[in-house]
Amino acid sequence: MEVALFIPCYVDQLYPQVGMATATLLERLGVKVHFPEAQTCCGQPMANSGFFDDARPLAARMLRVFEPYQVVVCPSGSCTSMVRNHFPELLPGAPRLPVYELVEFLHDVLKAPLRGRFPFRVGLHQSCHGLRELRLGSGSERLVPAFSKTADLLAGIEGLQLVELSRSDECCGFGGTFAVTEEAVSCAMGRDRIADHERAGAEVIAGGDVSCLMHLEGLLRRDGKRLRTMHVAELLAEATA
Amino acid sequence: MTAGHPRRALQLVQNPERLHWHDQAVWFVRQKRDIARSFVPEWEELRSLASQIKAHALSRLPDYLEQFESRAKAAGAVVHWARDADEHNRIVLSLLRERGVTRLVKSKSMLTEECKLNEHLEAHGIEVVDTDLGERIVQFRREPPSHIVMPAIHLKKEEIGALFHDELGTPEGLSDPKALAEAARVHMREKFLAAQAGLTGVNFAIASTGGVVVCTNEGNADLGTSLPPLHIACMGVEKIVPSPRELAVFLRLLARSATGQPITTYTSHFHGPKPGGEMHIVIVDHGRSRILARPEFRASLKCIRCAACMNTCPVYRRSGGHSYGVTVPGPIGSVLARQRDLPPMPRKSFRAQWRDRGRAR
Repeated sequence: MEVALFIPCYVDQLYPQVGMATATLLERLGVKVHFPEAQTCCGQPMANSGFFDDARPLAARMLRVFEPYQVVVCPSGSCTSMVRNHFPELLPGAPRLPVYELVEFLHDVLKAPLRGRFPFRVGLHQSCHGLRELRLGSGSERLVPAFSKTADLLAGIEGLQLVELSRSDECCGFGGTFAVTEEAVSCAMGRDRIADHERAGAEVIAGGDVSCLMHLEGLLRRDGKRLRTMHVAELLAEATA
Repeated sequence: MTAGHPRRALQLVQNPERLHWHDQAVWFVRQKRDIARSFVPEWEELRSLASQIKAHALSRLPDYLEQFESRAKAAGAVVHWARDADEHNRIVLSLLRERGVTRLVKSKSMLTEECKLNEHLEAHGIEVVDTDLGERIVQFRREPPSHIVMPAIHLKKEEIGALFHDELGTPEGLSDPKALAEAARVHMREKFLAAQAGLTGVNFAIASTGGVVVCTNEGNADLGTSLPPLHIACMGVEKIVPSPRELAVFLRLLARSATGQPITTYTSHFHGPKPGGEMHIVIVDHGRSRILARPEFRASLKCIRCAACMNTCPVYRRSGGHSYGVTVPGPIGSVLARQRDLPPMPRKSFRAQWRDRGRAR
């Protein structure tokens, strides 16, 4: 199978190792990976703040850049949701990009059983966009049978123990521009999330969105905590090495 | 979010002990809701059914409102129409004045908060007593409710004890909730007995019967309307449900979503005035038809004011209701406030218009 990587701008600039881990993991699973270099930001920050006109040309550009590919994979829930759920609102009638979030792609499309070893207690951070816009998990507010695609993937990893959080899917407070405009509330939310993972005995906070992890990592560093954050791609790449 | 929220939120955020107390108190109610709904296997089906009923009722709002008016009249009620808060306040004031009422008891109504009715009536010399315990507490403090179901959730029992010491003469340092509630009960009973009129909100208005339904846990709507001869019920236009059949869906959802109770302690149905009494219903628009006209905001009129969105919102729990600076705080409040308080957004940015101009040349 061949896929094109959609690497969000903040991953490209700030967490390139997550992009590299995504590519390594996919190649290890026998996938041929392309990276269309003309790609830019998908327009999410503008769209989230209500600047639809400014987001539209970026959305149109994304469609042009990825037009030649059958499958697009992205290691971010919020950017995947932007392309899947909000491009059609910005560009009515435009063709849909066949984009998958990484966990979704591994779980639903590739269905490759992952074998590896990662001997740590892991707290799963379920990002809002992944949960509520991509349905990567059930979401505690809805009365539906519980599931988590990320937990399913991690279940095959030897030594990995998922810890039980008291609030299984509370927002970390990042929220894109929310972290800028609402700094105080945003940090209070992040610190509460970290405290929940600490109480549960996690050694690693793992998640599918680097943006959430960046927020938590910043707070961990400022507060001098030992807990570390890892994107699921990094965790799986390391576990399956 | 509303303008100024980050600054106002600091009051709670900068006090970590109080922040976590508030967060946990409100989260506790979210957990009670989760437990209550787990006994209703068809929960998600009920929610989607309720949403469809509201969508239907809103799509035929004028018809249902007129049907409601004629049935309510047939049952002996008088129906008034108010375009906005001012007209609503004028109608209520003149109803009271014409009958020489100077003492009014009220049960909970977010609509009258939105219209600032209390201030208006008090400015005209009428004593207004909110009889919902939480509402009475915030009324004593001269502040708006911080939550639409639990108006005084931002206060600790010690603070309420100190307030009651000042207002009701309870012993200094008394903070036992049961004793405080008892003191409020004695105080309120006097007000109920002295009242010349009772005003209630409306949770649901039934088009096919002309009846209105008020849900309370304290029975204060019943007492406030049984004792005095005049009952005024104030409702927003969006409170309409077609018939008692649809009402049943909402009654199963409301209290479970709000507080985790299967149903509110009192679900009071009013069909016309009591013998020898008068019942007036004031139907208020106050910007609702403008919301109805905007497809992207229309769904916000489906809100049944259960406040589950506040209880689940991590931002609300950590910033408190007053930080929003609007009548209805939290997630749904942020949607509603945008409609009420802000001018409409320009259709196109300068950038987009510039581009269009370039293309046209």
